[in-house]
Amino acid sequence: MQLNEDAIRKIVVDVLSGMSEEGENSSSNTAVAERKGDMILKEVGPAKEGRSNDEVVIGVAPAFGDKLTKTMIDEKHSNILREIMAGIEEEGLKARVVKNYSTADVGFVGHQAAQLSGSGIGIGLQSKGTVLIHQKDLNPLANLELFPQAPLLDLKTYRQIGKNAARYAKGENPDPVPTRNDQMARPKYQAIAAVLYNKEVKYLDPQKKVVKLEVKFE
Amino acid sequence: MKRSKRFEELEKRPISQDAFIKEWPEAGLIAMEGPEDPKPSVKIENEKIVELDGKKRADFDMLDSFIADHTLDINTVEKVMAMDSKELAKKIVDINVSRDEVRELGLGMTPAKVVEVVGHMNVVEMMMAVQKMRARKTPSNQCHITNLKEHPALIAADAAEAAMRGFDELETTVGMVRYAPSNAISLMVGAQTGRRGALTQCAVEEAMELEMGMRGFTAYAETVSVYGTEQVFVDGDDTPWSKSFLASAYASRGLKMRYTSGTGSEAEMGFADGKSMLYLEARCLYMTKGAGVQGIQNGSISCIGIPGAVPSGIRAILAENLIAMMLDLECASGNDQTFTHSRTRRTARMLMQFLPGTDFIFSGYSGVPNYDNMFAGSTHDVDDYDDYLTLQRDLKVNGGLVPVEEEEVIKIRNKAARALQAVFKELGMPEITDEEIEAVTYAHGSKDVPDRDVREDFRGIEEMLNKGTTGVEIVKALAKHGFEDVADSVFNLLKQRIAGDYLHTSAIFDDKFHCISAVNDKNDYAGPGTGYRVSDELWAKLKDTRLARDPEEIGE
Repeated sequence: MQLNEDAIRKIVVDVLSGMSEEGENSSSNTAVAERKGDMILKEVGPAKEGRSNDEVVIGVAPAFGDKLTKTMIDEKHSNILREIMAGIEEEGLKARVVKNYSTADVGFVGHQAAQLSGSGIGIGLQSKGTVLIHQKDLNPLANLELFPQAPLLDLKTYRQIGKNAARYAKGENPDPVPTRNDQMARPKYQAIAAVLYNKEVKYLDPQKKVVKLEVKFE
Repeated sequence: MKRSKRFEELEKRPISQDAFIKEWPEAGLIAMEGPEDPKPSVKIENEKIVELDGKKRADFDMLDSFIADHTLDINTVEKVMAMDSKELAKKIVDINVSRDEVRELGLGMTPAKVVEVVGHMNVVEMMMAVQKMRARKTPSNQCHITNLKEHPALIAADAAEAAMRGFDELETTVGMVRYAPSNAISLMVGAQTGRRGALTQCAVEEAMELEMGMRGFTAYAETVSVYGTEQVFVDGDDTPWSKSFLASAYASRGLKMRYTSGTGSEAEMGFADGKSMLYLEARCLYMTKGAGVQGIQNGSISCIGIPGAVPSGIRAILAENLIAMMLDLECASGNDQTFTHSRTRRTARMLMQFLPGTDFIFSGYSGVPNYDNMFAGSTHDVDDYDDYLTLQRDLKVNGGLVPVEEEEVIKIRNKAARALQAVFKELGMPEITDEEIEAVTYAHGSKDVPDRDVREDFRGIEEMLNKGTTGVEIVKALAKHGFEDVADSVFNLLKQRIAGDYLHTSAIFDDKFHCISAVNDKNDYAGPGTGYRVSDELWAKLKDTRLARDPEEIGE
């Protein structure tokens, strides 16, 4: 953990010393945007590297939000994305959403999001609801916080994950979001998770670059 | 709809919590007999297999190449492949066809063929076949010993109790990676205190696992995973050749090892190529055989929630155990990970291996309460001991455990913790206090023992490793503090890797360090009255469980 914190601090210092308003713009103001109803995702071209340090990039897996719309506990993707974005905005940062077609692995999706993020902090999110917080300079298989037992995450937790990601982006050292552990999650959800993951990988397209998503709620 | 009260009651039953899904063959969510499984075929030209299960050599993936070049017996494969699958299935079950004959047939079948053959069997026939085909005549059992606090003295005490209860192999792992050497040493010292000759291992990342074996902190290894599709292998940064290299590293140091595989892993990782779980597992097993490894841990293992959710999945798990045995591999047959909320289901699943007997019926019966089980829980744990002992008594089956007295358990737990206290002192590790020893002696689990100072433990472990500590220092420490018998056991365990006898298939030790393996305890089952039978001496022990009352004492 120590290494991660140091790495984050260093990035924050670097970013603060060379702040720039150029580059990719994030989709929100510092206030928490009002989002009601179901979301509509629109792909608006290749995602660019952000240059503003006040953003967190949320990377979603190929089927998220359109081909698939619910997690393994039937939570709507709309609600999850809304909460994560709100959590980020509550901390005064902006949320930018991208979709990854080259991998469905939550670690790589999150790592890729962190590469694009002006703050160096990214969130990886799979259709089955598995989520992690990643940081640019970490090994892809490492992470800042991983939430492997998606069925045990409620909407409040997703919001906290957004908040924590934003706090890392600000150079803070937040306590990890508390998680529950249940050994009976395997009999209850392992097969369901496998079904959803197999549906997700059907939409992989290794040739396709990461795309920027415009997120609207109606 | 007005609800039926019966249906409402049914919904409250634990089984309603389990996930069941209908087959989805395209994603590999089918247990066996998949519509896209290849049709069995083989062709040989110039003493080389040029076609395997419908694929030409030019189209072979790395598993096909490995199996074609290293596993299949090119002298028999064409003959066996020409035989009718149903006839082969009959031979495998038939008590009049010897184990040796079936073993030769196994190396003459391709993965697609063997899956077709076992597809003709029901579970009773498979159990008949397992009874005949398992490598070692005497069945045995393995347990898990871990705890949430990574408490070394608790691991030692639990290991001692488990070894005394009859487990011939004990496995630990970690929650916090840096505890691995501490857990391995604690497990070994505890197990040798409980029963001379019990084998111990620590399942962690492969390089660390090997290093601990080389240092003499462990006596065998099994967490070397293989997969049934090329993509999943590649995702794990491995190939059949890299795994074979790792296997050779163990052999070169005289350490027992086996691979791990199991149905469901490819589907879980999203790259099953539309093949059935059993077909992909058969590829793993043929690869294992080709690598020259003596055994396998299979029976789905950590992916059991997947075959457990589809039709005939628990049957497929028995079938995968059977295929391993037909290839003369030691088989640690699963029953380790939680897969159901239902007590009925978990017992039924376990009986498939318990009744015929396997080399290790469980590849992890939880020798600790399930809340302390760092392998994410086992199907059975310490609170099930009386149920398990009763099943052995009810059915006159040796499931690997013997009844024990509370008093002797308390004594051995205490001794193991004290022995470890001495070892930690000499190795310069953080102290194990008398208060901790008292707590672990009587504990049910880690909730009953004090916390460790984790940072201090990490520092101690690091220093101990940096000093180049090996098993020899552990022997010296035990001897110095008056634990000569435990010192002698650990010393004997270290010596075995020079003798190399326990590299034979399905090897375990008795309490005199006599090696019992498929070589000197070969399974010779050939029908009633043959093969393994519970001896009179063992039966006397198995009958005498804690719960059985003496008629003489009733009413008097």
